[in-house]
Amino acid sequence: MATKVLIVDDSKLARMSVAKHLSALRPGWTRLEAANAEEALSLANREFPDIILLDFNMPGQSGLELAAQLHETHPLIPVAIVSANIQVEIVERAGQAGATFLAKPLREAALAAFLDAAEARLAPR
Amino acid sequence: MSKELVFTLDELELDALTELVNVGVSRAASSLRTMVGSEVLLAVPRVEMMTYERAAKLIGERESGELVAVHQSFNGEISGGAMLIFPEINSLELVRAITGGGLPLEDIIALEQEALAETGNIILNGCLATIANMLERTLNISLPEIIHGSGSEIFARSQLLEADTAVLFLYINFSVRDRDIHGYIAMLMDLPSLTALKALIGRMIERAGGESTPDHAAR
Repeated sequence: MATKVLIVDDSKLARMSVAKHLSALRPGWTRLEAANAEEALSLANREFPDIILLDFNMPGQSGLELAAQLHETHPLIPVAIVSANIQVEIVERAGQAGATFLAKPLREAALAAFLDAAEARLAPR
Repeated sequence: MSKELVFTLDELELDALTELVNVGVSRAASSLRTMVGSEVLLAVPRVEMMTYERAAKLIGERESGELVAVHQSFNGEISGGAMLIFPEINSLELVRAITGGGLPLEDIIALEQEALAETGNIILNGCLATIANMLERTLNISLPEIIHGSGSEIFARSQLLEADTAVLFLYINFSVRDRDIHGYIAMLMDLPSLTALKALIGRMIERAGGESTPDHAAR
């Protein structure tokens, strides 16, 4: 079955940009998209994504809060926070929430490294 | 008499502009964090087309006291002004945060203008350079200018009013954790620049495009 990746960002343009990189790197994978935390949780519980990419600065629940929540309910899913807010506190909190931090604008090489590591984590499952 | 705006962006263009600003301001906040040594908290940016009168009124509704702004002009394929705006009462606290808190008050007062200009320069350059990179264009950015006054006075003296009636105003509210510092970043553009910006955003959307439809979406 194809690997499912959930992309969560309130910006459609940002979701398009991640999707473009993802399609180039892993063309056979299935993409799921959500525009906020509520939609993301609903999709996560319904579609069981293998990997999740989250924006940080979203209206309502932030990506960090969502990452912490997902880490509790789906601890085996590799999660990345994608943000231009590269303050040390944000990067540290992403780590504490069990997520990898990726800087925005997202570079394909950074996404590729995260996906490689995520695949290695998923392999034994 | 209040003037009407004659410029619109569609939903995806507005989304792209908001994302552009979000990335630019997030990078700028990271620079400010390095300067003040405390986390900078950012609100989700708000992007609206409005007249400068409305922009001034909006700031005036939120801030009753005098304001201080660091203003920088930019030009290239798009032209306009960017402003870092603080309540004036916050400015000494900002200088104190940047200088590490060990200086006597008279030294902090003496450094105020220079420190504000340098802070604005780093933040606004960081924000504008990120936006220019994402648009794949070069912007020339002027030296910083400090403006004191009410919301109306700040916008009036930012020298954009002669250019056109339609002004893009976008702002993001930020604050510094554990410090009594908060402020706004605003950008103003005239109508010809907004038209050029719309075209550049269209090209940015095209570059990101081709994969706009997910296999599953929550809505």
